[in-house]
Amino acid sequence: MQYLVSVIDDKSNPGSTDRRPAISAFNERLIAEGYWVFAGGLADTDTATVIDNRGEQAVFSDGPFVESKEYLAGIWVWEAPDLDVALKLAAEASKVCDRKVEVRPFR
Amino acid sequence: MSDVEEAITRAHRAEWARVVAALTRRFGDLDTAEEAAAEAFATAVERWPADGVPPNPGAWLTTTANHKAIDRIRRENKRDDKHKEAQMVYDDSREPLGAIDGAIEDERLRLIFTCCHPALAMQTRVALTLRMVGGLTVPEIARAFLVAETAMGQRITRAKAKIKAARIPYRVPSAEDLPARVSGVLAVLFLVFNEGYLATGPGTDPVRHDLTTEAIRLTRLIRALLPEDGEVAGLLALMLLTEARRTARISASRELVPLDEQDRGAWDAALIAEGHRLVRERLAAAATGVAPGRYQILAAINAVHTSARDMCDTDWSQVLALYDQLVRLDPSPIIALNRAIAVAELDGPEVALADVDRLEHGLAGYHAYHATRADLLRRLGRDQESRAAYDKAIDLAGNTAETAHLIRRRDRLR
Repeated sequence: MQYLVSVIDDKSNPGSTDRRPAISAFNERLIAEGYWVFAGGLADTDTATVIDNRGEQAVFSDGPFVESKEYLAGIWVWEAPDLDVALKLAAEASKVCDRKVEVRPFR
Repeated sequence: MSDVEEAITRAHRAEWARVVAALTRRFGDLDTAEEAAAEAFATAVERWPADGVPPNPGAWLTTTANHKAIDRIRRENKRDDKHKEAQMVYDDSREPLGAIDGAIEDERLRLIFTCCHPALAMQTRVALTLRMVGGLTVPEIARAFLVAETAMGQRITRAKAKIKAARIPYRVPSAEDLPARVSGVLAVLFLVFNEGYLATGPGTDPVRHDLTTEAIRLTRLIRALLPEDGEVAGLLALMLLTEARRTARISASRELVPLDEQDRGAWDAALIAEGHRLVRERLAAAATGVAPGRYQILAAINAVHTSARDMCDTDWSQVLALYDQLVRLDPSPIIALNRAIAVAELDGPEVALADVDRLEHGLAGYHAYHATRADLLRRLGRDQESRAAYDKAIDLAGNTAETAHLIRRRDRLR
């Protein structure tokens, strides 16, 4: 069972910036224990481009599709047998990266 | 009620959770389990009056529900090929379902922990537990929590979908997680009990006996499954000692009767004896150095109240000492408010009022805060302020018997 773990940062109350080494160590452990599928941090929401090609022609627009105080700062994809395992890891992940995380199963 | 109807009601109480749990285990799906269990009970209603009550109703119901579930899966597989991929396979190799033994007790515990999983919202946990473990119907649960039936149905459906999609495990948590998870289960049961004991809403009975009974029954079940857990024993004792006073608590005119005016002879002696026994058991454990949790302390407070012949005979210093202990565990303003009531008995209403007034910030929207203030002001002869406080309490109170009591108290003021 795969879970998407979204890392949520907050523009008005951002998490600390020095988390890289701790996150790397945590990723090493996820890999060693067989949970790690993918991980990545995202550049600022200002760098986003939204494309809508459902009409006559593609429309490109600058900026994120939704403006909010809270935004997606990075993701993990984990392979875990059930939600309890995913939640336990997520609790650690939140501490390690000093941000809120959201766990959602893939369909 | 005829003998057969009574047997069906009894079987529903005793066997519903077992049947749902056994089927969930086998088919890995709460929906299938619940619907098959409901069909099996419907079949019992049809067949038992003609065929007679089977010698082992639990086994009969489980077997019948099992057949219904298999029929259902076959039907759906034929109907919809795409659906087929998503259907779980059932495992025929597992132990026969008719056997009702210790292993099945475990199944029910799994079911309770699944319904009370922390990934579900508290209201959802309550609803799901009442449906899957308690066997209450969706309309009954909706009525209990003053929610529209469709909304309650959707909430339960969404919860079951989340359990399946997010793969919330169907198991008893591991030993290290158990204490944290049991506390969530107890919180659910306490909410069910409180809603029964002080039912809200203008159209509802002031006491929902069905809910208090159900909460006690489920807590007894947890107690049988986790006999070593002090808080489980504490919560059961608390519920029993509270339930014992139920009939004395509402007058013939459906008005709340406060503790000091209750006919203590009308209290249920058997429930009180059982509650006291549990509290003594926990006191003995506390003497060996096991610190009691909040339910155990609340049960002990209720044990002091139910040991007294009348209000004057109550050991208020003991009550206050217990509240002091509770405040350290749970510094919530509601606990502080209840503590102030004991302070009033020991040090007088003036001292208590000063304590209560300090709580205004957190409790201004809580009817009991204003009711307590009103009572203290009344005892101090400050009638006008008391009247204003009663007015606020009456506005905020949601229980019909409590409102009637507050109105009578207010109208007795000069």
